Amino acid sequence: MATTTPTTIAVPLWRAAHGRTGDKGNRSNISLIAWAPEFYPLLITQITEAVVARAFAHRRPSRVQRFELPQLHAMNFVLDDVLDGGVNDALNLDSHGKSLSFLLLDLPLAVPVALAPLLRGPASTF
Amino acid sequence: MGSSSLLRIGCAAGFSGDRTDAAAPVVDALVASGGPAVLIFETLAERTLALAQLARRQDPSAGYEPLLDAMLQPVLARCLDHGVKVVSNFGAANPRGAALRIRAMAAQLGLRTPRVAVIAGDDVSGSEHRAMLHDALGAALDGRDIVSANVYLGAEPITAALRAGADIVVGGRIADPSLTVGPALAHFGWAADDWDRLARATMAGHLLECGTQVTGGYYADPGVKDVPGMARLGYPIAEIDANGDCTITKPEGTGGCVDAHTVKEQLLYEVHDPAAYLTPDVVADLSNAGVEEIGADRVRLTGVSGHARTATLKANVCFESGWLGEGEISYAGSRAEARARLAAEVLRERLQGVGTLRADLIGVASVFGDDDGRWLAATRDGGARDVRLRVALRHAERAKAEQLVREVTALYCCGPAGGGGVRTALRPTLGTLSCLLPRQRVQAGFEMLD
Repeated sequence: MATTTPTTIAVPLWRAAHGRTGDKGNRSNISLIAWAPEFYPLLITQITEAVVARAFAHRRPSRVQRFELPQLHAMNFVLDDVLDGGVNDALNLDSHGKSLSFLLLDLPLAVPVALAPLLRGPASTF
Repeated sequence: MGSSSLLRIGCAAGFSGDRTDAAAPVVDALVASGGPAVLIFETLAERTLALAQLARRQDPSAGYEPLLDAMLQPVLARCLDHGVKVVSNFGAANPRGAALRIRAMAAQLGLRTPRVAVIAGDDVSGSEHRAMLHDALGAALDGRDIVSANVYLGAEPITAALRAGADIVVGGRIADPSLTVGPALAHFGWAADDWDRLARATMAGHLLECGTQVTGGYYADPGVKDVPGMARLGYPIAEIDANGDCTITKPEGTGGCVDAHTVKEQLLYEVHDPAAYLTPDVVADLSNAGVEEIGADRVRLTGVSGHARTATLKANVCFESGWLGEGEISYAGSRAEARARLAAEVLRERLQGVGTLRADLIGVASVFGDDDGRWLAATRDGGARDVRLRVALRHAERAKAEQLVREVTALYCCGPAGGGGVRTALRPTLGTLSCLLPRQRVQAGFEMLD
């Protein structure tokens, strides 16, 4: 039986990038920083505002903006109204939403096989 | 009048509650460098000031950083002996109280009396400022029981105090990066409208202001982002040049790490539009910023530019907003998750009509979810065998919030099988309103305690 060699592999985003969440009021920002410059174009095409808005749909963002920082091979997502009112009003244990970067980093990313050696972490999940 | 030599600024606290043994290695490194140096402590978050005001209501001499002694006492002698200036917002709701405490501390240690400058003007909670707040907030202010109201002050009063010869500058709500910009302006003598240099110093301050968040703290993720020596993290030092550009490093022999990735994470922390990072001092543009590893635990930041500061200053008003009730109970073993979910259903029925009840299954789904429970509802029972149910409810009335506490406790006898380890909490809550005030209506300055 003939098989075709895949040209890309699906990995969780955290293998190609890292990030940190910050909060101001009811607004969350999540940075996304490529582990290697080669991954940055993949982030640009695949981790779009629409994809991020879907991943956080249960938080009902009123707006998702992506700002690009090409010199840093990084981007900054700003999600409005996702913190249930923010640190003073939310009932969440994590009222700052500090854990949310790890929700973003669970998104799938298709990576060309040739770039696989640049991925971080154990080659397990997915 | 400005100097062209490097200015080193070390940061020994990134929030109220940071490690109190942070400062000694930083001061040792600053002293060893032999050049002009400043030690900053950043200890205020959005709610800290309101809590400090409440503390001051109980005790008029309180209201400054409760850990002030633990933070400063170990290094005060060395700072005074070697001319390391100390600049901090640890005065919180009572900068003068903190300044008096520092002078008493110096006396107790047998040190010379330091020149302590007290920054004033951030506290606008008094009745004389109510009209200004009302102009900015309108009806949103009506009926509020205001606990604190503070303007984010910028670098200028710090610069003025240092130029007047202060050894130590103590303020309340000073914007975090301004703790760095103030000493840089005093040292280099930049023009007040040298926006590019002010922006660069601002981003140096931004990298410092959360302490170890740039040196490996809040970064580690085993197997992916490994950080050595996290139990003894070094706190950061910025070496700022006459152009405002900086190199971030940490004291030798401390744990943690400074590399391009730790610096990038902190650079973007709590930033929205990277082309317009607003502070009282400047509008910083980091959209073309670059970082470069130039040595072991040494990263250089370049490419930051700036634009004229805005005509307004941000202010936060905190007010009493009601009560938060919380409760937790654990289930373990077979069908633990099903029993925890049943307990949540029971509480929902018992508390129907009281208010929004948030339910979390710690170990299953507890923080990614929303307060309305959409996330948890979409998470099917995965058969978890060790689950802690946590519920929370807010209400304007104490008695209503207290109902949740009682219902969680009642699960001991009336809930599903095997529930144990009930913990409950009932506490008053604070709300915050933010607004922008015209600069000319805010009077900032300093008073020197000689």
